Amino acid sequence: MRTIIRLLAGLATTAALLFPAHAADKYITVASTTSTEQSGLFGHLLPKFTAKTGIEVRVIAQGTGQALKTGRQGDADVLFVHDPVAEKKFVEEGYGVGRREVMYNDFVVVGPKSDPAGVKGAKSTAEALKRIADAQAGFASRGDKSGTHAAELRHWKAAGVDVAAASGSWYRETGSGMGPTLNTAAAMEAYSLTDRGTWLNFKNRKNLEIVFEGDPSLFNQYGVILVNPDKHAHVKKDMGQTFMNWLTSAEGQQTIADYKINGEQLFFPNYKPGS
Amino acid sequence: MNDFSDAFATALSLILNLDQDLAEIVLLSLRVSLTAVLVAAVIGLPLGAALALFRFPGRSAAIVIVNALMGLPPVVVGLVVYLLLSRSGPLGPLGLLFSPAAMIIAQAVLVTPIVAALTRQVVEDLWAEYEEQLRSLGATPARAIGTLLWDGRFSLVTAVLAGFGRASAEVGAVMIVGGNIAHVTRVMTTTIALEVSKGDLALALGLGIILIALSLAVNGAASLIRETARRYQGALA
Amino acid sequence: MATFPPITPLSVEGLAFAVDGKQLLSEISFTLEAHRTALVLGPNGAGKSLLLRLCHGLLQPTAGRVSWQGAGADQASAHQAMVFQRPVMLRRSAAANIDYALSLRGVPARQRSSLTAEALERAGLSALAKRPARVLSGGEQQRLALARAWSVRPQVLFLDEPTASLDPAATRAVEELIGRIRADGTTIVMTTHDLGQARRLADEIIFLHRGRLVEKTAAADFFSNPQSQEARAFVAGELLW
Repeated sequence: MRTIIRLLAGLATTAALLFPAHAADKYITVASTTSTEQSGLFGHLLPKFTAKTGIEVRVIAQGTGQALKTGRQGDADVLFVHDPVAEKKFVEEGYGVGRREVMYNDFVVVGPKSDPAGVKGAKSTAEALKRIADAQAGFASRGDKSGTHAAELRHWKAAGVDVAAASGSWYRETGSGMGPTLNTAAAMEAYSLTDRGTWLNFKNRKNLEIVFEGDPSLFNQYGVILVNPDKHAHVKKDMGQTFMNWLTSAEGQQTIADYKINGEQLFFPNYKPGS
Repeated sequence: MNDFSDAFATALSLILNLDQDLAEIVLLSLRVSLTAVLVAAVIGLPLGAALALFRFPGRSAAIVIVNALMGLPPVVVGLVVYLLLSRSGPLGPLGLLFSPAAMIIAQAVLVTPIVAALTRQVVEDLWAEYEEQLRSLGATPARAIGTLLWDGRFSLVTAVLAGFGRASAEVGAVMIVGGNIAHVTRVMTTTIALEVSKGDLALALGLGIILIALSLAVNGAASLIRETARRYQGALA
Repeated sequence: MATFPPITPLSVEGLAFAVDGKQLLSEISFTLEAHRTALVLGPNGAGKSLLLRLCHGLLQPTAGRVSWQGAGADQASAHQAMVFQRPVMLRRSAAANIDYALSLRGVPARQRSSLTAEALERAGLSALAKRPARVLSGGEQQRLALARAWSVRPQVLFLDEPTASLDPAATRAVEELIGRIRADGTTIVMTTHDLGQARRLADEIIFLHRGRLVEKTAAADFFSNPQSQEARAFVAGELLW
């Protein structure tokens, strides 16, 4: 094992010599979620930030669970995720500091146009999911411990449905990101819970459409956290803080609100000082 | 069938329009994979030759292991390299995670066993022919390895190409250690994975077609050089 | 190249070689003086090639020893060369094959090109210097192998059936080359199954049968008056086994 590590260290040094440019660059690494990346928000947001501050933002799009893990390991400077419960735990455990709530988007339930489970008339999220379970209609779940997955599981619990028991029958866990899960749902003519941003940007819809939306319980809060520099000394705290400050500034909040697909706003800024 | 014609149309228009982002991604793919293959060749060629020449206890076990490592799952390699390069890992202070260097390391780890295993086979056959003559001439083992690698060069090109194929086609390892960061670590395969995620299957397949074309071009060029040189040098066997 | 003290005579004492318990050579003892050409004869399977490889040091005997008795004996391996029945041609040009052998013997690069040219000239291969060695004909390859062996100026040259797979014209060219190398004073130990060739080239005959040394005599005596029954039968062209 020693020799292997030494060999890898040699390799790493060689590689570092081959690509020396990155050490000097002014950039921060942000671990975020697939929903923000795949919805195109970052493509809209980041160039404006970079133009203003000269700081490049390198985004690694992961599930919220994996992004939190990346932060815990010290492999990112800032986290931009959507699972308030897990985020608060992350801060309490001392891995992150200065958490701020930035914006929210909402989840929608998508399903086949024919709507075999009759979800369209449902009054609440719980009722919509209950109808899917009762009809044993196909449902594609992320199953990847992401923020979306965590939200979905909370809704099933609220609906009083034990999806673990149905796993493998009508309830399908894809164990992958939002896009691949939607691909699966489209191919199987199944229902799925997705964030609106990914859905609006998603091209392979086939027979799917939104069958349920607008319930306040479907709102999805995003927060930013600086990885604790006391735990990981290399964290670029000044540049990271600059990014967080900008996101929650009037200008940053307006830029978020300006992002639209087909005229539809995807993310709703809601930073409140002290949040 | 519509998907396929869309994909070809997409691929064609990307190429014809000399898409800037595409060019950047293709160049990074080539830079990462070619560097990884170079590193793998520098390690794998002498290692394979040494396995062919030296008789030592545990040699057959070593050969079995190297052969088995040819099938290393990229995701596992990615994970191991990730854990080593992570800020919390033993090589964390180098700060290489989520950089092209990390991708090169992961691909080099994947490719080295392929180069070593195929080299061992080629060199072992050649050594059977050369051994007495080289020993008679007084060649040291190190010198013999150099001679065998040089004389086996036309066959070894194939070993290196196999490594390049593996490196340029894999997605699991570079996704984990590179992070698929736009303009920094986004290569052909991770872009394809991303476009599949977005449901843009035509663009994904279009990129796939370009990747296959690139691979064909590299292999075709190498094969042409090899065949020409081989004809000039006389039959290999 | 400076004259190196002689490594000869070659002394072989109680030499034996076995593989997997099968005794292939046993109790072979003889001495070979400098500047002689010794032909190792015997029926197939007598152990002729094995004896050459043992003397040259490519194989280690299971019993007995091969020792060089001359003043230069401590560097004996650097002053021998061997040519094999099937010439081993490196995958490079004829000239580069010779250059390679010279570089292995530590000849400085600036001297190698003239020595290479001389060796090619001697083998009548100057015109083919740049040709890849492996596209040469069988006879040309064997002459190149000889030129390569000779280029390092060995005191002792081992030749294992150098003409076995050649046609008569190529055989003749190779024999002429051997004759020239011999005329330089090189000690030659050679196997052949061609009795005519043995008569043409040999000073001495080492006759093996079933892994044992049956006779070692001057060539003239061997052919005119073989001492053993086996040698008599062999010279008479009878089948021996």
